[in-house]
Amino acid sequence: GKTMVKPPDQLDLSEAELKEEFTRILTANNPHAPQNIVRYSFKERSYKQISSVDQLAIHFVLEGNLLHKDSDEARRQRARDGIPEDGAEDAGDTEEGAGEERPDSLEISLGKKERKLTNQFNFSERASQTMNNPMRERECQTEPPPRGKFSATANQWEIYDAYVEERRKQEKVKEKQKVLSSKKEEDKGKKKLQLVENQSDDITKVAKVAKIIERMVTQNTFDDIAQDFKYFEDASDEFRDQEGTLLPLWKFQHDKAKRLSVTALCWNQKYKDLFAVGLGSYEFTRQGQGMLLFYSLKNATFPEYIFSTMSGVMCLDIHKQLSYLVAVGFYDGCVAIYNLKEQGPQPVYRSTARSGKHTDPVWQVKWQKDDTDNNHNFFSVSSDGRVVSWTLVKVLGGTLRLSLDLYLKPFLSCGTSLDFHKQIDYLFLVGTEEGKIHKCSKSYSSQFLETYVAHNMAVDAVKWNHFHPKVFMSCSSDWTVKIWDHTIKSPVFTFDLNAAVGDVAWSPYSATVFAAVTTDGKVHVFDLHINKYEAICQQAVVAKKTKLTHIEFNPAYPIIIVGDDRGYVTSLKLSPNLRKKPKEKKGQELPKGPEVEVAKMEKLLSLLREPETVPQD
Amino acid sequence: MAEVEETLKRIQSQKGVQAIIIVNAEGIPVKTTLDNSSTVQYAGLIHQLVMKARSTVRDIDPQNDLTFLRVRSKKNEIMIAPDKDYFLIVIQNPTE
Repeated sequence: GKTMVKPPDQLDLSEAELKEEFTRILTANNPHAPQNIVRYSFKERSYKQISSVDQLAIHFVLEGNLLHKDSDEARRQRARDGIPEDGAEDAGDTEEGAGEERPDSLEISLGKKERKLTNQFNFSERASQTMNNPMRERECQTEPPPRGKFSATANQWEIYDAYVEERRKQEKVKEKQKVLSSKKEEDKGKKKLQLVENQSDDITKVAKVAKIIERMVTQNTFDDIAQDFKYFEDASDEFRDQEGTLLPLWKFQHDKAKRLSVTALCWNQKYKDLFAVGLGSYEFTRQGQGMLLFYSLKNATFPEYIFSTMSGVMCLDIHKQLSYLVAVGFYDGCVAIYNLKEQGPQPVYRSTARSGKHTDPVWQVKWQKDDTDNNHNFFSVSSDGRVVSWTLVKVLGGTLRLSLDLYLKPFLSCGTSLDFHKQIDYLFLVGTEEGKIHKCSKSYSSQFLETYVAHNMAVDAVKWNHFHPKVFMSCSSDWTVKIWDHTIKSPVFTFDLNAAVGDVAWSPYSATVFAAVTTDGKVHVFDLHINKYEAICQQAVVAKKTKLTHIEFNPAYPIIIVGDDRGYVTSLKLSPNLRKKPKEKKGQELPKGPEVEVAKMEKLLSLLREPETVPQD
Repeated sequence: MAEVEETLKRIQSQKGVQAIIIVNAEGIPVKTTLDNSSTVQYAGLIHQLVMKARSTVRDIDPQNDLTFLRVRSKKNEIMIAPDKDYFLIVIQNPTE
C-alpha cells in the first residue's frame, strides 16, 4: 500500500492550525500589473493617475513565418528568387520531409528543371561536432650555449704582433724540420728547451722589470748626482787659471767587498756605463777570497754582476769587441775567463795546475786580437817571470780549453805590469819588480828589444799613449811617474808625487792629459800641454789613511773611477779645465782628432830633444 | 728567484719608497706592500694608463715598445715598468 511519507522538514502544525481556512479568490486582475500608473497631463499641468490599467498578461508569443502569397512581402521575395507568381502547390508533400528548414513557399513554385534540386526527400544535412582535442601546451627549454664577452681592439701594432707571431711559428717549424733531418739526438735537447720556456715562475718573470724599476728609483734618489754627471760644468774654472777640480759623483760599494782592496778596474768598451771591479788583497798575509763585480752608472747601489772567487783577483781585462768575455788573473796564479752571458757563478774556463798556471800572482792580463784560427787569446804576466799567451782552443768533443804558450823564456825577474801597443800589435812592454821596463815583441820570444832602467822600486804600471805611437808612461812605488819615448833610453818627463803611485792612466780624449793616484788618497791630473812641471789638479778624494789603488778614464764621458784599498770605487767628474782641447782650428778640429793630439805631443817632445835637457824636479 | 726578491727588497729600502705593487696582465695585483683597497685602486687605474700609453707608442711605430712610464705629481712619483705579462709599480717620494 501507499504509506504516507513525511518529508523531514515538513512543518509540524497543530490540529487547529490545520483546520484553519484560507480564502482564495480568483480575479481577472493581473497581480503583476501596476496599480498606480501616473501620467503627466499637459492640459492640466499635473500628474494624473490613469483610470484603467491594462491587465493583460502575456505568457507566450511566437511569431510565425508564414506569408500570404499575395502580400507585398511575398511578392518581393518571389521577385528576388525569380519564381513566377503562379506556381503549383506542393504543400502536401512537404510535411513528409523530415527536418526541413527552408521556406516552403519557394519550393512550391519549383517546376523548372534547370535549377538544381536538392532532394527534398533524401537530402539531409547532417552536422555534427567532433570532439575538439584539448589544447595542451608543451614546452621545452634547452640549456643556452655558454656565452662569453669578447672585445678586442685592432690597432696597427696588434696586427704587427700577429704577423710577427706567425713568422716565428713558421720559423720554428722550419727549424724543427731541419733538425729532424740532420740530427735526431739534438731534437730531444730542443724539446727540453721548449719545456723550460713554457714553465713560468711568477716572480722570476718580473726580474727584468724589477731591474728597470730599481734603476729608476735610484735615479730619483741620486737625482742630483745624475744631474751633475750630465750637466754640471764647474764655472769657477774660468777663474782658476789653469787648474781644474774633480767633482765626486757616485760612490760604489758592496757589503761583501768591505775588507778587500780594489785591485783592478776596467771599463766596458761597448756599454760605456758598465765597468768591472776586481777585488782582492795586496797584502801577502791577508790572502783570502776575492770578488769580481760589475757596476753600472745607472745603479750605484748594487752591482749588476757579482762573482765570488776562491782567491783574490789581481787583474782583469774586458775584451774590446766581445764585451761579455772577461779575463781575470788571480793571486794564486790562475787565470780564468768569465762569460757574462752565461748564468752561473763559475768562470767559463779556468786554468789549472795541469794546464800550466802561473806559480805566482798574475799581475796583468790583456786580451789580444783573435788569432788566425779565430780563437780568442790573451796574455798574462806574473811574478814568476813568465809572460804567457793563452788561447781558447776547440778540442774534439766541442768543449773549449785554455792552452798556453810560453812567450818569453824566463829572462824576466818578476813581471809586474804589461801593456800592448795600441797600434803596433806585436809590440809590448813589461815592467818588472826590480824597476826595469822591457820592450818586447811577439815575434822575438827570447830577447828583449830594449830595456829601460826606469825606477828604483817595482814598476806598478806601464801604459802606452792612446795617440802618440812612441810615448809610454810608467809609475812606481818610488813616488815617481815617468814619461818615455821608446826610442830614447831616458825618461822624457819625470814627476815626483810625494807618495807611492798606485796607478796611472792616459786620457782617451787627449794625448797630453793623464792622471795618477797615490797612496795618500790623492788624484793628480796632468796636462803636459798646459803645464809641463806640475799637476793641474791635485785632489784628495778619499778619507785619509785610505790608499788609492787604481784609476781609469771612461772612454766616453768625462769621468774617472778610482778604486781604493777599502773596496770602494768613487767616480769623479773632470772639470772643464782638465779636458781642454787645443783651440787651433775649430772648424777642422774634429776629423783631425788623433792627429792633432799626436802633433801636440810631438811638439812637446821635440822641445826636449834639444841638446839641453829640461831640468827635472 | 731569490735575486728578484733581493732586488725588490732593495727597492723597498731606498729612500722615499712608499709602496711596490706587482700587477699581472689582467690588472690583478699579485704582490703588494700597500693595503688592499689602495692596491686595487692603483692597479685598476694604472693598468688602463699603461695600456693607453703602450698603445700610443706602438701605434706610432709597431716595432717600438714602452719601456717605462714616470708620473710625477706634487706629492710623489709613480714609476711604472711594464713587461709582457706583468708590470711593476713603485711609488716614491723623492724629496723625502
